[in-house]
Amino acid sequence: MKIKSLDELQKIREDHANKVKLRDSGNGESDKIEVLIGMATCGISSGARETLNAFIEELDHKKIDNVKVVTVGCIGYCHSEPIVQINIPGQSPVLYGNVKKDKVQIILDQHIVQGKPVDNLILKVDFERA
Amino acid sequence: MAITRTNIMICVGTGCLATESEKVLKNLELILKARGYDKEVKIIKTGCFGFCEQGPIVKIEPENVFYVRVGPKDAKDIIDEHIIKGRRVERLLYKEPFQNEGIDKQENIPFYKKQLRVALRNCGLVNPEDIYEYIALGGYEALGKAITKMSRDEVIDTVKKSCLRGRGGGGFPTGVKWEIAKAQESQVKFIICNADEGDPGAFMDRSILEGDPHSVLEAMAIGGYAIGSDKGIIYIRAEYPLAISRLKTAISQARELGLLGKNIFDTDFNFDIDIKYGAGAFVCGEETALINSCEGKRGEPNYKPPYPAQEGYWGHPTCVNNVETFANIPSIITKGPEWFTSMGTENSKGTKVFALAGKINNVGLVEVPMGITLREIIYDIGGGIQGGKKFKAVQTGGPSGGVITENELDTPIDYDSLTGIGSMMGSGGMIVMDETDNMVNIAKFYLEFTMDESCGRCTPCRIGTKRLYEMLNKITSGKATMADLDAMKQLSYMVKDGSLCGLGQTAPNPIISTMKHFWNEYVALVTDYDNPQGEGKYEAKNKIGIES
Ligand SMILES: Cc1cc2nc3c(=O)[nH]c(=O)nc-3n(C[C@H](O)[C@H](O)[C@H](O)COP(=O)(O)O)c2cc1C
Repeated sequence: MKIKSLDELQKIREDHANKVKLRDSGNGESDKIEVLIGMATCGISSGARETLNAFIEELDHKKIDNVKVVTVGCIGYCHSEPIVQINIPGQSPVLYGNVKKDKVQIILDQHIVQGKPVDNLILKVDFERA
Repeated sequence: MAITRTNIMICVGTGCLATESEKVLKNLELILKARGYDKEVKIIKTGCFGFCEQGPIVKIEPENVFYVRVGPKDAKDIIDEHIIKGRRVERLLYKEPFQNEGIDKQENIPFYKKQLRVALRNCGLVNPEDIYEYIALGGYEALGKAITKMSRDEVIDTVKKSCLRGRGGGGFPTGVKWEIAKAQESQVKFIICNADEGDPGAFMDRSILEGDPHSVLEAMAIGGYAIGSDKGIIYIRAEYPLAISRLKTAISQARELGLLGKNIFDTDFNFDIDIKYGAGAFVCGEETALINSCEGKRGEPNYKPPYPAQEGYWGHPTCVNNVETFANIPSIITKGPEWFTSMGTENSKGTKVFALAGKINNVGLVEVPMGITLREIIYDIGGGIQGGKKFKAVQTGGPSGGVITENELDTPIDYDSLTGIGSMMGSGGMIVMDETDNMVNIAKFYLEFTMDESCGRCTPCRIGTKRLYEMLNKITSGKATMADLDAMKQLSYMVKDGSLCGLGQTAPNPIISTMKHFWNEYVALVTDYDNPQGEGKYEAKNKIGIES
């Protein structure tokens, strides 16, 4: 297929944006929202991988691209796995517990899109200590 | 599941391939598949990250975790620990010498902190064999913009305003060269990309072509449009097989999408690119010799003028530009000349890529804004001298340049100040020497190179470099007299003044500059050969830190 105009080029650019969107140019801090997912053994056994992939799919589906989903090791609250932490630049982090994949939707809609943390899912911990 | 959550970026540039990144890649692929994660995690082959000393490099995205010296056996831990369990593999993180704490993000590693990437913007970030990735990062927008929205004069004007100067060594303003080529009345014009890169120790152009070939193709098409040429040629040395294969892939992908060929972006602009191979002669990097070589003649230079832009390939106006010069063009068109002139110094705008080699800790490829000092490059980025030894000198400009000593390390890098201290910018080779290097040997190394590479066309260079080399040999074997030193100095200036092309005109520079700064080492070899003294000056009599 031949590209005939800048618009067509733009279209191809959008169609393939997925290929490169995970990457960071390495040129300094980004202002993206971070979703941290605990992927230690206890996390995985209680469904962290499914939660992770649900986040990725939903973000893609909703075409949200200022969010970076990052896997991390044990966060330390094995009783409440899967654990998800949301870091919005300039705000203090919020920790959610028991985030099975069916909870992903609501966290995305309420917290990430509208900026309102989902209170009943929040793990009550003291961040200074943890 | 079709959506990828993680990219494993692995460098398959020449440097990392040499340290077995191909095996690492194989293992990563096998293990990823075996663990059943190959749908959600994708492995991407990239070009050079520049940190060749620490290769093979593997970077995990979006976490932005940078692993160094990854061996084939480490693939298992990267998958099982990082990909599956989210835990950093601490032992593969980069550590500063004498520090225990690993650094996980690329931008926090001192090697990268002072760098600024324009020409290398996509190296390590894209898969060079996938045109769609290049497009996804904004590729070919500059070409589209240039030919559908800008007049030819506007393109030239933009490049002129950016003050971009040739990165092949001469430093001639690129916009002016394009203007001259455009002004020629001719139905047939050519645009040539000079990818000969013959400086010992230099690998900037090679890495750009291996890591981001489309940026060069796009820029050549823009240049073709500006000067009124429908034919581009890439002259590349046959010793660069990987760069050649990536270029071929890139050219055929660009043709498929109509970004090369007839009626590009549905305009009446046609442009296509051919590759010509050089046999690896240094002199063929000189533009008139290069053109002769393209025509199938002996690779010998011609007298200038006429300049290639007036009368070049088969007598037609031909614009010759360097790979790195081209790699800067697309961003200048999309981001505008003001963006480009915001970087650099008064008379040298933008950035420059250097290949750091020799006795330096972080051997590799760096891109820095013009105006940074040599000290910053060598100590902050390069990590200082290997083995805790003392710095002695750095050679810029390859065999055409000169040595720069400790006293001048705070000189800001740009075309004029490097010439001012008796060296030159050159194409970007930067070879660092320590206290054990004998400077007469360094001069001999370069003279042996230029003697071998002299094409023989003009007498001063053919005979002169040979005699200079013989004199240096006499000195290093303890048979010279003070009169020989004088004679050598005189001959150096004669070769400079009498030679036809830049090769001979600059070949004696290493002698002249080492004599200027390290005269005592010459004298010591003449007067006191059997009694080595000082800081182990004689230790390295027959070797210096680079391979020829
Ligand atoms: C001996 C000699 C070798 C050269 N080798 C190269 C080379 O390898 N690559 C290069 O781009 N320019 C080389 N040049 C400079 C070219 O003649 C020419 O100036 C350059 O390709 C122009 O491109 P630019 O204006 O983009 O720098 C060499 C010059 C001389 C005298």
